[in-house]
Amino acid sequence: MTTEIKRRRRAFGPNAVGIALVAPLALFLLATFFVPLGGMLFLSVDDRELGTVMPGTVAALAGWDGADLPPAAAFEAVGRDLVEARKAKIAGTAARRLGYESSTWRTLIQSTARALPRDTATVTDWKSTLIAADGAWGQRGIWQALANARGPLTGLYLRSALGLQGGQDSALYVNVLARTFAIALSATAICILLALPAASLLASVGQFTANLLMLALLLPLWTSVLVRSTSWLVILQKNGVFNQVLMGLGIIDAPLELVYNRIGVLIALTHILLPYAVLPLYASMKALPCSQMQAARSLGAGPLNAFFRIYLPQIVPGISAGGLLVFILALGYYVTPLLLGGQGDQMLPFYIAYNTLQALNWGLAAALASILLIATVILYALYVRLVGVQRVGV
Amino acid sequence: MLDGTRIWLWGCRLAGALVLGFLLLPIFAIVPLSFNGGSILAYPLQGLSLKWYAAVVSTPRWLHAVANSLIVAISTVAIATPLGTLAALGLDRIRFPGKSLLMALLISPMIVPVIITAVGVYFFFAPLGLANSLAGLVLAHAVIAVPLVLVTVNASVSQLDKGLLRAAESLGAPPMTTFRRITIPLILPGIVSGTIFAFAASFDEVVIALMITGPGQKTLPRELLSGTRENLDPTVLAVASILIAISAGLLLLLTAVQQRSAKQNA
Repeated sequence: MTTEIKRRRRAFGPNAVGIALVAPLALFLLATFFVPLGGMLFLSVDDRELGTVMPGTVAALAGWDGADLPPAAAFEAVGRDLVEARKAKIAGTAARRLGYESSTWRTLIQSTARALPRDTATVTDWKSTLIAADGAWGQRGIWQALANARGPLTGLYLRSALGLQGGQDSALYVNVLARTFAIALSATAICILLALPAASLLASVGQFTANLLMLALLLPLWTSVLVRSTSWLVILQKNGVFNQVLMGLGIIDAPLELVYNRIGVLIALTHILLPYAVLPLYASMKALPCSQMQAARSLGAGPLNAFFRIYLPQIVPGISAGGLLVFILALGYYVTPLLLGGQGDQMLPFYIAYNTLQALNWGLAAALASILLIATVILYALYVRLVGVQRVGV
Repeated sequence: MLDGTRIWLWGCRLAGALVLGFLLLPIFAIVPLSFNGGSILAYPLQGLSLKWYAAVVSTPRWLHAVANSLIVAISTVAIATPLGTLAALGLDRIRFPGKSLLMALLISPMIVPVIITAVGVYFFFAPLGLANSLAGLVLAHAVIAVPLVLVTVNASVSQLDKGLLRAAESLGAPPMTTFRRITIPLILPGIVSGTIFAFAASFDEVVIALMITGPGQKTLPRELLSGTRENLDPTVLAVASILIAISAGLLLLLTAVQQRSAKQNA
């Protein structure tokens, strides 16, 4: 009975203190991580931009069935909204948003905003004024685009990111996604292949030597990704260290093209990710008694046979844990492909940054980032199932 | 038969050694180049010289970046270490079914690609006026650094001998005294290790820095990235070598802390 009370007290009392201790971190991450990520997910479907610049138009098109040209009130709303937007110098925002529907609408909005008279009192018939400014206003196309863009939510950015939007470069981001997964998969395969002998070397030597060799893993792991990418650029570039050594030895006559292409990206990514593959593999190999291999060999199995039938099946957990971790991490590198890859080797993170900072298409950037985030979360959940949450820190 | 095994074994070992060599190659290849007397990034070296380091030390751009990086990394640690340590102590006391999910959420910034954290924080901070400020960078760095503290301190808290705490309690020590005199000294190696991890994470970070700092707040990695892309010269390699030296120093410090605590436990 007393143990029962003690157990209960232990179960309830410490929880309150524990929660109070965890709360500051939980609140901090909520405010600076989870809310921003939620905002980013929302931004990928958010479509209130046009409503802020052309509120009258959005209201006037709410009841339009899309079958024919909208009523005259919609023409008037567009005219008045564009005149106001031009005065406030925000017509560009509407033009940019409609440009995502089709690039012709971007110029249409801008030229119409310029062509309309500044004094709205002089206009009596908005429909003929707009059509006089540009004949496109007499056709359904632009009206459909305005109706599509009226918000408040849109699937446009996610459709563009997944190649479902149509149009001339609709396959762009599907290709980027495929390329990202292909590069990550190649890097993972190479890492596992290289990690096998490295981990088995670590597992086969004495503890002191293993600790010493472990430094060869930890030093690169501690060196920043940027520094390692810079180093590989210096080594692999046209007049770089590697080409000069090969040419000095007479192995090649002309320098090899090893950077600004897929080779450079894969070499550097492999180097950056390799320690993450070696460490779990080393752990699972160390747990394996070497007497098993000796037993298999003494019973007549050849070295390859013993390896594939006895050794390999038992280190599969280590391989899958390391492989999954490497794959998850490989999806997210920005700097390495930027420095060592060409135009055709940039991965999803590059396009997220590009759309955020250069193209200023935040909706698309958020959609691409959301796709990467969802892929990562699914793989992470799989990883936690596989190896448990305590082992995530490697 | 025996020969086959031998060849297989030594082949494996040789391959393993080559892989470890591949891991060390970039580090050992570029450090000597930063001491090159000439300006060509290739071997053989044209004499030894410290002039590229002198160039780094005498360039305001680099010095400014070093100062920014130090300010950001120290501020990051000042936020991440207490938050992570308290949470690790709290998690140790909590017993409820959702605990592993809570842990997974708290360390998720470690798994979410940095570019996603960077854009999420950028979209969030830009309207708040935090986008082009060191304060914004510190908050974002604390997000990625705090799980490292949490995981490290959590490991040492879980190894803590709870019998010692009960002994202190039964001898009449108030909870705060037990905490100050018993708990903190015993988990101190974990806290120090976590702090080293957090410092390194912030000091080396470039993607968030690229997103949410303006020209006035460039950190050392950000200047290094610009240097690598625009003008890859030995000065850039000198900066890279300095960063390698700092990373190696932090690694040694970490190893020393962990060995000392292992000795104490034994």
